[in-house]
Amino acid sequence: MKTADATIEQQPPEPEEDIRPPVTQIGVIGWVRANLFNGWFNSVLTLVTLYGLGKIAPPFFRWAFIDSVWLTDGRACRAAAGACWSVVTSNFRFIIFGFYPYELHWRPLAAMLLLFALLFYSRDRKHWKKSLLYLWIGGLCIMGLLMRGGLLGLEPVESTRWGGLPLTLLLSVFGLTAAYPLGVLLALGRQSRLPGIRYLCIVYIEMIRGVPLISLLFMGSIIFPLFLPEGITINKILRAQVAIILFTAAYIAEVVRGGLQGMAKGQYEAAESMGLNYFLTMRLIILPQALKIIIPPTVSILISAFKDTSLVVIIALFDVLKTSQTVLSNPEWMGFSPEVYIFVAILYFLGCFSMSGYSRRLERELDTG
Amino acid sequence: MNEETKIQRPDEEVIIEIKGMHKWFGDFHVLRDIDLEVRKRERIVICGPSGSGKSTLIRCINRLEEHQRGDIIVDGIALTNNVKNIEKIRAEVGMVFQHFNLFPHLTIVENLALGPIWVRKIPKKEAEETAMYYLEKVQIAEQAQKYPGQLSGGQQQRVAIARSLCMAPKVMLFDEPTSALDPEMIKEVLDVMIELAQEGMTMIVVTHEMGFARSVAHRVMFMDFGKIVEENTPEAFFNNPQHERTKLFLSQILH
Repeated sequence: MKTADATIEQQPPEPEEDIRPPVTQIGVIGWVRANLFNGWFNSVLTLVTLYGLGKIAPPFFRWAFIDSVWLTDGRACRAAAGACWSVVTSNFRFIIFGFYPYELHWRPLAAMLLLFALLFYSRDRKHWKKSLLYLWIGGLCIMGLLMRGGLLGLEPVESTRWGGLPLTLLLSVFGLTAAYPLGVLLALGRQSRLPGIRYLCIVYIEMIRGVPLISLLFMGSIIFPLFLPEGITINKILRAQVAIILFTAAYIAEVVRGGLQGMAKGQYEAAESMGLNYFLTMRLIILPQALKIIIPPTVSILISAFKDTSLVVIIALFDVLKTSQTVLSNPEWMGFSPEVYIFVAILYFLGCFSMSGYSRRLERELDTG
Repeated sequence: MNEETKIQRPDEEVIIEIKGMHKWFGDFHVLRDIDLEVRKRERIVICGPSGSGKSTLIRCINRLEEHQRGDIIVDGIALTNNVKNIEKIRAEVGMVFQHFNLFPHLTIVENLALGPIWVRKIPKKEAEETAMYYLEKVQIAEQAQKYPGQLSGGQQQRVAIARSLCMAPKVMLFDEPTSALDPEMIKEVLDVMIELAQEGMTMIVVTHEMGFARSVAHRVMFMDFGKIVEENTPEAFFNNPQHERTKLFLSQILH
């Protein structure tokens, strides 16, 4: 059997001489021309933007860095002309750990470091094996033990005293990791041929998407306990966590459904025609492709869910935004809200930016042309 | 129907039996009273105008389409709603599609080994060895680690054939395997199919490649409006078509 590609070796025709593009089209000059001054309208826009930046950037820089104070008390801050970063440095541990007992701060710190280590380790797709799941379960148990105490000579700490960054991370990391598979299941259920499952999923998704997260949090924290028998209480953080999971899952479900509908029918047929059953078809063929397509919208949802965890303040949980606000209610630090909020914004930005950065990396890695 | 007696069929047991089969898409009667018996090692080419139901017919054989009346028995198992039976039949019936339908997120060798590993429960290493064997057979072993998107259409279709062969199917269905290919790539795919035919594979091929039909088919069938209008040996079919519609069709495709 001779095939075409084995016999034909195509060579591109040799260029007669090596011609370079004009200098004005490559390098820095070329880039500036092509992107900043291509046409009179863009040239004007560029100049206006440069003027605006020149007006805003230097004063901000002076306020934030040159005239700022970093390690003083409140009185010295009021005398300073620039930013009072002291409000962050002096209250750093309260902003980060909230009302967790001061001398035990090393425990949430260790829990967070463990979480970061696990997240960092999980970044590499080579580590996505069953052992990773056990690693996470083990890590979870240790984190829970560190936060809660009461075993191995660790002093017990009521969950009502948890707060700050560990609480934000707890709510978001477990909210998102639990919501994602639940959302996938809901999307599959919504496409099910069994009407019972399908309508259940449709009703669930539409109902959850029809109400704001705040009302779900209220329901979880105020209405739901009314239905519980007397004497039984469910941890408030857990109720908030469940509300976040249920809420995010409904949104993820719709995005996943979009991905499933975008799959070519031929992929289902090819998988089925070799005898794969429904679950294997989904697991091996359809979901890996569909979930890859929907990485950008999924990450949008995850990012907004991460930021939405700040809404738990309304049921009196002290996440990192609330602890920062609490600092501002101290008379010594009153009035320094820009500095505090900039700090919290940076924290959130780091979280969101690393998510989107990682998603772009995943997209690149999974791109098979 | 005296021509039918001239058809040489392999002296083997029947592997596919279709009796009085009908299918509708909504109200549209797409297959009407189909009777077809395929023996082991037999090779059948089905042709006909677009919309005549030829693809639907072979897609009924592995239940990608569901028939509404009549019986289809494949390898001794009747096709019903029994999911386990359907999966069993699909494992024995390979299918090659017009648009290849390779899995774009898996490498070539992963595409081939997937079925054996998950359906046949063959150890991964062994499945990959089988995969390499068939890739060599279709002459693209050197592409094993690439992704389907990096291959030409002809190469992809050869991979798709090899993927089916890895399941060691008893029957192979081809649904217009060369229709989506650039002209210069048709031959490399047909060559693979001819070799397969020479090895005695049971094949049902929907195609308009009449050269292929002449050289390998035991029977050529012509379908129109959901019916098998005419069937005959390749020589009789092409040299002496009986039916007006067959003559018209042949005059349109053999210029």
